[in-house]
Amino acid sequence: MPRSLHVSAHRRLALFASILAAFSLLGPSARAAEDASLHATIRQTQRRVVKIYGAGGVKGLEAYQTGILIAPEGRVLTTLSYVLDSDQLTVVLDDGAHYAAEVLGIDQVAELAVLKLPLAEGDSVPAFDLSDAVPAQVGDRVLALSNLYNIAGGDEPVSVLQGVVAAIAPLEARRGGYQSNYRGQVYVLDAAANNPGAAGGALVDWNGRLLGLLGKELKSRATGAWLHYALPIGEIAATVERLESGQSLDNAGELPPPVVGVTLADLGLVLVPNVLPRTPPYIDSVFPGSPAARAGLRADDLIVFVSGNPVASCQAVLEVVGRQERFDEVTISVLRGGEFHEASLLVDEELDDAESDGDAPVDETPSEDSADFGAADDASVELPTTSELADELQDADEPLNE
Amino acid sequence: MTRRVLTTCLIAAAAAMPLRLSADSAPTPPAPDPAVLRAQAERVAAIAEASRATVAVLDATGAGGGSGVLISADGFALTNFHVVAEGGPAFKCGLNDGKLYDAVVVGIDPVGDVALIQLLGRNDFPVARISDSDLCEVGDWVFAAGNPFLLADDFTPSISYGLLSGVHRYQFPAGTLLEYTDCLQTDAAINPGNSGGPLFNAAGELIGVNGRASFEKRGRVNVGVGYAISINQAMRFVSHLKSGRIVDHATLGATVSTQSDGRVAVDEILETSDAFRRGLRYGDTIVRFAGRDIGAANALKNVLGVFPRGWRVPLVYRREGQTYEIDVRLPGAHDEAQLAAMIQSEQKPARPPEGDDRDPEGGEPKDGEPGEGGPQPGPQLPRGFHALKPKPKLPQDVADRYAERRGYANYWYNQQAQDSLWRRYLESSAIEGAGYAWRLSGKLETGDTFDFEIDDQRAELRLPWGRSGAVFAGDVSTQLSPPRSGGLLLAIHAWQRLVDRGLARFGEVYYLGQLPHGPDHLVEDCLVGLFEGMEVRFFFAERSGDLTGIELHSADDADPCEINFSEFRELNGRRLPHRWWVRSGDAVFAELVVDRWDIDADAQPPATED
Repeated sequence: MPRSLHVSAHRRLALFASILAAFSLLGPSARAAEDASLHATIRQTQRRVVKIYGAGGVKGLEAYQTGILIAPEGRVLTTLSYVLDSDQLTVVLDDGAHYAAEVLGIDQVAELAVLKLPLAEGDSVPAFDLSDAVPAQVGDRVLALSNLYNIAGGDEPVSVLQGVVAAIAPLEARRGGYQSNYRGQVYVLDAAANNPGAAGGALVDWNGRLLGLLGKELKSRATGAWLHYALPIGEIAATVERLESGQSLDNAGELPPPVVGVTLADLGLVLVPNVLPRTPPYIDSVFPGSPAARAGLRADDLIVFVSGNPVASCQAVLEVVGRQERFDEVTISVLRGGEFHEASLLVDEELDDAESDGDAPVDETPSEDSADFGAADDASVELPTTSELADELQDADEPLNE
Repeated sequence: MTRRVLTTCLIAAAAAMPLRLSADSAPTPPAPDPAVLRAQAERVAAIAEASRATVAVLDATGAGGGSGVLISADGFALTNFHVVAEGGPAFKCGLNDGKLYDAVVVGIDPVGDVALIQLLGRNDFPVARISDSDLCEVGDWVFAAGNPFLLADDFTPSISYGLLSGVHRYQFPAGTLLEYTDCLQTDAAINPGNSGGPLFNAAGELIGVNGRASFEKRGRVNVGVGYAISINQAMRFVSHLKSGRIVDHATLGATVSTQSDGRVAVDEILETSDAFRRGLRYGDTIVRFAGRDIGAANALKNVLGVFPRGWRVPLVYRREGQTYEIDVRLPGAHDEAQLAAMIQSEQKPARPPEGDDRDPEGGEPKDGEPGEGGPQPGPQLPRGFHALKPKPKLPQDVADRYAERRGYANYWYNQQAQDSLWRRYLESSAIEGAGYAWRLSGKLETGDTFDFEIDDQRAELRLPWGRSGAVFAGDVSTQLSPPRSGGLLLAIHAWQRLVDRGLARFGEVYYLGQLPHGPDHLVEDCLVGLFEGMEVRFFFAERSGDLTGIELHSADDADPCEINFSEFRELNGRRLPHRWWVRSGDAVFAELVVDRWDIDADAQPPATED
């Protein structure tokens, strides 16, 4: 994201001026007025954001996301995802009103969908006008509104996070075996806006003007860091217009080819020839110097688990390994001479420029559902005390079995 | 991560920008607007003040821990239950002055994830200014202070700034404990170690106690969603926590659900509940509760969670187009055994109870059934909060302020509160030695007269509409006359008994905390005395030390006799209440204005006659 750190002197001046203007406005009463208008902006924007409930609910796949109202007659723009893959799609408005929504049109490349709410004749809802949307600049202060983590139940207003547009850059992102089909420019945000359920939320400026649509939960292909981004309205307005008119874009053919997460070659593993329907996944050989070799895996080890998933066949190993992320550790548990051994492997990456600016590695703590949390899905958890954290980090740093 | 560094703090951006400009030898930047500098100075001042009251809570070994915030100059500090749950009764607390203080656990609220501790060694601790968290709005600027990741060797708290992302949020309990109701949600970074630490508004006033965050798949670090227990909830529990007890939350005795037409309707109600006795029935629509509109079933749960057991709140319901307003007494959500079991499940079942100097690294026992196979007896009985913990040697000042007792986090504080309330009452009222033999007369508000005679065996009250008596022998709990008073005569007897026998010989007595009582719902200190299977609550005014009310609860499922005392006047050197307001259930039974009050013990010269 080269543009993030390169702001021209002119832009800096402008930014500085806008910060001055936004921040001070002369004295406490003026600031109180500023606060009041921010509160009003937020409240007004919350009314234009909806919660969407559909398919999902299984591990790691939340059954909810967010959408924005884009027409007073009740049309909702949201992200195309498995959540919409349901006959019973429920949209909940800011005032708590429920509607059974139908999908009007989808775009598989931009990964967008427009839904229609069955409003009664003559009824209307508060909505954004896409034609009023404005482009954002790097450094703009923004608000991200969404139902992240489904915190806002019933008629509770959606959550609001604040930040700035840190960069404008093409989206190069993936999650596990899935990658983003959208490859256009996005607003990269410094707010943790793209949490579970946030996709389809609104990115607005401090005047409540629509800037973008919050994206999915994805990791950067370059660094593996979780991305926080929004699709600029300008990039998607044309396609949205077509979707609103009920056209689904038949553009599946334009989808980029799916990528595989991690391959056995990445790890330096060769399995025995896969000749049976359920060939037991014995390691045939290990490349010297590979992650597998460094982790102590050997020929004739029988793989029993990959990253916590039981694997009974070579095919299962391929599938599970393919779903892993390149930047996460892959744990492989093997049986060797009747003994259980566990190894953690990290794929070797050729470091590109993106890495050299000193980014700290993200996501070192592995777990999706660390048992300690003891909390129901979607529930927040008490913060671990630091001693617990120390224990956990210690566990994570434990040397591998030899 | 670099993006993070670019981050959100306006001040930082504003301050840094002119420097960069000059480095670029761009045109000379304009001098900063004085308003910006003033705003910056205000923020720096707010953070400096707030930092002084922020506590780094470490366990007794000075290792892991969380944060806290001082709320009184004598060292009382709020933190999370889950911060103190695994420590012993003793803590080390670091302040912004770089000093480490001993601290002792006072009381715990495991359901609400709040604990009160006391820092020792000073009477002039810096204190946070406390705000009204109900005034918080989405979009308010806030900052969290605390010791995330134990970064500060000198205990200077880390500060993170952000926005209130939501208010009145509800977060389901983690397991059975730590339910966050009506809480604040912020995008200010809340990380491990922030637990129990303060959330301040931009003016540096305390609005909440941080304790929870949504993490899910991204590891245990901030993802822009942190939660704070509202300071209004925490402060409502403070007097209860000062009782040293394991404090319980309230429930309604009824469950509700959101109907398809959007109504929140009662779908189950306990006939033994106060809500039922006040008239609430199956199918009624709840409109308002505790002053808050109820638009969804969750909203009721949300509001309910901020009250301690025994609180009273107004409830508005609708039935067949009619709206009714009632006052409801809220029963406890758990019984003592449930609470104790919950606490033990929160404490790591780690170490066997015997053995003192245990290597801290020493083997964490295998995860197994806690309480099985070990030296502990089968089903866990409610025990002292720290019963399962090894007993390391406590620092002397902590040992002086710690007493273990079943049902308590620290019984020492209860004993203190009892003694101090009682001492003040005896001093202000000079009622000691008043004995049991009293004769009173006076008027009702109708102008009619009443006569009241009582001694240690019996009592009789003559009212215009009849006379009734009670005998204080045998099963006194049946002596609830006059009818519809809930047991006025017995309540007066209980008062005399407490004065005569004192705290030690009345029966079991404990300090409960503050509860609303009487016609004006005054929130005052409450001593509870148990005798003959009944619970008698005695209320005391904080300033005067007066006994301002008595509630006699003859049974869980019966309306108590409530007496409210006022018009205190001197009588033979004693300070006595001359107006008695008496109610049971919905109706005021009588309001007695005493004209004449003869106390036998005062009339007779002592020790001459019998």
